[in-house]
Amino acid sequence: MNAQEIIRSIEAEHIKTDLPTIHIGDTVKVGVRIQEGGKERIQPYEGTVIAMRNGGINKTITVRRIFQGVGVERVFLVHSPRIASIKVLRRGKARRAKLYYLRDRVGKATRLKQRFDRPLD
Amino acid sequence: MNWRDNRLFTSIEMCKTREILTVSVGILGTKLGMTQIFDETGIAIPVTVVQAGPCTITQIKTKETDGYTAIQLGFGEVAAKALNRPELGHLAKSSAPPLRHLHEYRLGNPSQYELGQQLKADIFEAGQIVDVIGTSIGRGFAGYQKRHNFKRGPMAHGSKNHRLPGSTGAGTTPGRVYPGKRMAGQLGNSRVTVRKLTVVRVDAERNLLLIKGALPGKPGALVNIVPAKQVGK
Repeated sequence: MNAQEIIRSIEAEHIKTDLPTIHIGDTVKVGVRIQEGGKERIQPYEGTVIAMRNGGINKTITVRRIFQGVGVERVFLVHSPRIASIKVLRRGKARRAKLYYLRDRVGKATRLKQRFDRPLD
Repeated sequence: MNWRDNRLFTSIEMCKTREILTVSVGILGTKLGMTQIFDETGIAIPVTVVQAGPCTITQIKTKETDGYTAIQLGFGEVAAKALNRPELGHLAKSSAPPLRHLHEYRLGNPSQYELGQQLKADIFEAGQIVDVIGTSIGRGFAGYQKRHNFKRGPMAHGSKNHRLPGSTGAGTTPGRVYPGKRMAGQLGNSRVTVRKLTVVRVDAERNLLLIKGALPGKPGALVNIVPAKQVGK
C-alpha cells in the first residue's frame, strides 16, 4: 500500500458518498447542524452555488443568498459532519466556473436561467 | 561564587535530574503526506500521516560497554545490496533485516528492552504531545528576501537596487563584517524540530500516526517522533 492509498483510505472514513451532484449556478438547500445550549438542531440555508472548490475531502461550495437586502455568502465544507444534508432545488444555467459577477448585481439581474437537462439528484 | 558559576551549577543539576527522569524512547517514521479529518464535534483537523515503524532494536548500549545507556533503533527495510558489509554485520548481531536508518535514544535504564525487539506506532497514544524532528525542504542558495525576509528595493524610477542587502555594517571601524550578519546562503535542508504537536490518532495495525499540523520535509522524508520534551522545568 503506497502513501496515496493510505491517505485515501483515511479520508474514505469521512467522505460522504450520498451527496448529490452539485453544479455551479444550482440553487441548493443546505442543512447545517447547530449546537444551541446543549441541544442540536438543523438550520436550513438556501441559495445559489457561485463557487466550488474540488479538493477531495476538502471540497467546498460557496452559497450566496440575499438576506434582508444584504448579500450573504457562506462557504460549506461539504464532507463535514456539521453539514447534515444538501438538496438541489433548481438547476441553473451558468457559463463560467465562478459566478462572482452576481455580487455586483441586484434584484432581477441576479436570476439565473433554469436548465432542465440535468436531473435534480 | 559569581553568577557564572551559579549558572553552570544549575545546568549540571538539570542534567542530573534529566538523567533520572530519562528521555523516553521515540520512533522513526516516513512522512506520507497531509490530509484532514473531522473530530466528534465536526471540526476539521489538519493532520500529517506518518508511517511510524516498525523499528527494530539493533543495539543496547550499557554503562559497562559504552560508557552511557541508550538503545539503538533501526528503520527502513532495504535490499541487502544497499548496505555494506560492516553495516550488515552490525545488523546481523540483532538478527535484524537490512535497515537504512539507525538512531539512538538515550535512556536511564535500557534493561526493559531486548535486542531485536520491535517498536511500533502503538508506543504513542491519541492525545499525546510529541516533538517531531526532521529535515526541512531544501531551497538551495537563497537570497536576502527569501532567506531572511529583507525588504526589496524600488523596482522602478531609476532604482538599480532591487534585491540587494543594503549595509552590512560600519566602515573602517570595525573594518569587518560581524559574525552572524544575515546574508544569502543555503536555505532549508537543515535539521528542524517541530515541538508540541498532538497525536490525533494511532493506527496500530498499519503503524500509522496522525499528527496534527505540518512536519518538516516532503512526503517520503524521514522523521523522528519523540514524546514532547519539557523545556525549562
